[in-house]
Amino acid sequence: MTTATIAILGAGKLGTVLARLAVAAGHRVLVAGSGDPERIRLILAVVSPGAEPARAADAVDAADVVILALPLGRLGTVPAAALTGKVVIDAMNYWWEVDGTRDDLGDLHTSTSELVQRHLPDSVVVKAFNHMGYHDLDEGPRLEGATDRKAIAVAGDDPLAVATVSALVDAWGFDPVRAGSLRDSIELEPHAETFGANVSAAVLEEMLERFPRTRRGLEVTLARSRP
Amino acid sequence: MINVDFGLDTFGDVPSDETGAPVSHARSIRQLVDEAVMADELGVDVFTVGEHHRPEYSVSSPETVLAGLATVTRRIRLGSGVTVLSSDDPVRVFQRFATVDALSGGRAEVILGRGSFTESFPLFGYDMADYEILFEEKIELFSRLLTEAPVNWSGTTRAPLTDADVFPKTERGLSTWVGVGGSPQSVVRTAKYGFPLMLAIIGGQPQRFAPYLDLYRRAADEFDTTAHPVGMHSPGFVADTDEEALEAWYPHFKVVRDRIGALRGWPPVTRGEFDREVKSGSMYVGSAETVAQKMARTIHDLDVGRFDMIYTSGTQSIKDRLRSIELYGTTVIPRVRELLAEMPASIGVVTA
Repeated sequence: MTTATIAILGAGKLGTVLARLAVAAGHRVLVAGSGDPERIRLILAVVSPGAEPARAADAVDAADVVILALPLGRLGTVPAAALTGKVVIDAMNYWWEVDGTRDDLGDLHTSTSELVQRHLPDSVVVKAFNHMGYHDLDEGPRLEGATDRKAIAVAGDDPLAVATVSALVDAWGFDPVRAGSLRDSIELEPHAETFGANVSAAVLEEMLERFPRTRRGLEVTLARSRP
Repeated sequence: MINVDFGLDTFGDVPSDETGAPVSHARSIRQLVDEAVMADELGVDVFTVGEHHRPEYSVSSPETVLAGLATVTRRIRLGSGVTVLSSDDPVRVFQRFATVDALSGGRAEVILGRGSFTESFPLFGYDMADYEILFEEKIELFSRLLTEAPVNWSGTTRAPLTDADVFPKTERGLSTWVGVGGSPQSVVRTAKYGFPLMLAIIGGQPQRFAPYLDLYRRAADEFDTTAHPVGMHSPGFVADTDEEALEAWYPHFKVVRDRIGALRGWPPVTRGEFDREVKSGSMYVGSAETVAQKMARTIHDLDVGRFDMIYTSGTQSIKDRLRSIELYGTTVIPRVRELLAEMPASIGVVTA
């Protein structure tokens, strides 16, 4: 494994589960919550043992790959400059119950990962780990070839970064499924059939294939056909 | 094995009458009185009603319902599950529950929560952006009010209090829990104030919550507060046979789950997902024996001191609801106690 160190921004339900997966796969894992690392030291020790608490800037600095697992509404707090040149996995979703109603995040013209990429112009953003519920992620890891292995969709514009993230998905116990570009990653967002999907690679591929013919797919096509 | 309490929880889902039509909110609330009285007579330990502001549910004001239950029940504890403290006034919450406590002879209990539904925020003029600070400040104020001594407090989310004495006083203090859905930070906060923890385990394998119980106990140790026995609540339904339970419950569950799921962007639930949740997840649906076996396994594995079943799910018939409560009280609870007595002691040890 060439991706040695993983930084996870966000120490909530999703961040702590991803930290467990990363530790289990043998990575050095640095997790940053909001503010003082001391505030999450005990949480990590108990819930994600092996992961180390860190300040966001320090975690990012040391990392080969950075995962964003904080509320999407707090994207503005992510230190863009510190992420220059990094592969960044966007595992976030627009969740109005946490983020409030935000017209920009709900706009069908752009996927939320495109907004993340805009906020991080000097990083390479890849969408992954967003569509599966955190308890399914927790229960889901299987060795390669297991008959009940579940799939995680990976979407991005940079083939090398997509390959890097796909290798992580595989190493962490899931089958990676290519899901197109960042623009296409709207197919993985809330209201798409894939959202919440805890299914095999074949089934996930079928869902992605039929997205354009679903109600949501038609809404997206319609919205994007207009300025 | 610690002593385990058994409860029934509801949001006051609007049930169907004998013709299959949903009843009015008013009748739905009166139905809760019948059900709480039945639970009381069957020896269920606690009955809780949770605050929601949606058409499917009739309870938006839990303590008003509890006041109605207080004078017609005798032993059962009466709780809210949860009170959305973030969008309420801690002083009023205390006063209303202290009043229920008086009416019930000390049987009131509050479960404070942030709520997984957010309808109360716009309704009462709060901004979702203040979600964290509202709960943080208000739980702190509430913990001071529980001392029942004059309170000095200032913050950003309500007017300051100077030597504020709040009435009525209770006779033995107000039992207060904190309901947590899965945020580790919330578990730590609960331990910081020394409140008992109520875990909402509504999906996935319950055993995956074991680290949260450990976190609660270790955090209490660090803060030098008391780690109380932990409670949990999960949905369930009991009928005469497994098949009857599954077939009677699933259509009603699906309607509510899909309606609420659509707001959150989830696709409709499938029968396969439902069956998996019943088999190995967090739904306790089946015959009394099936439900008892599953409850006993979870209670044992997680070493919880309280198990509340969310016994309503959408527009089930009143008849099915009553039968489920009856089976829960007469058969499931005694059987779980029996099964727990036969099991070896849990590895996790409650320190309280």
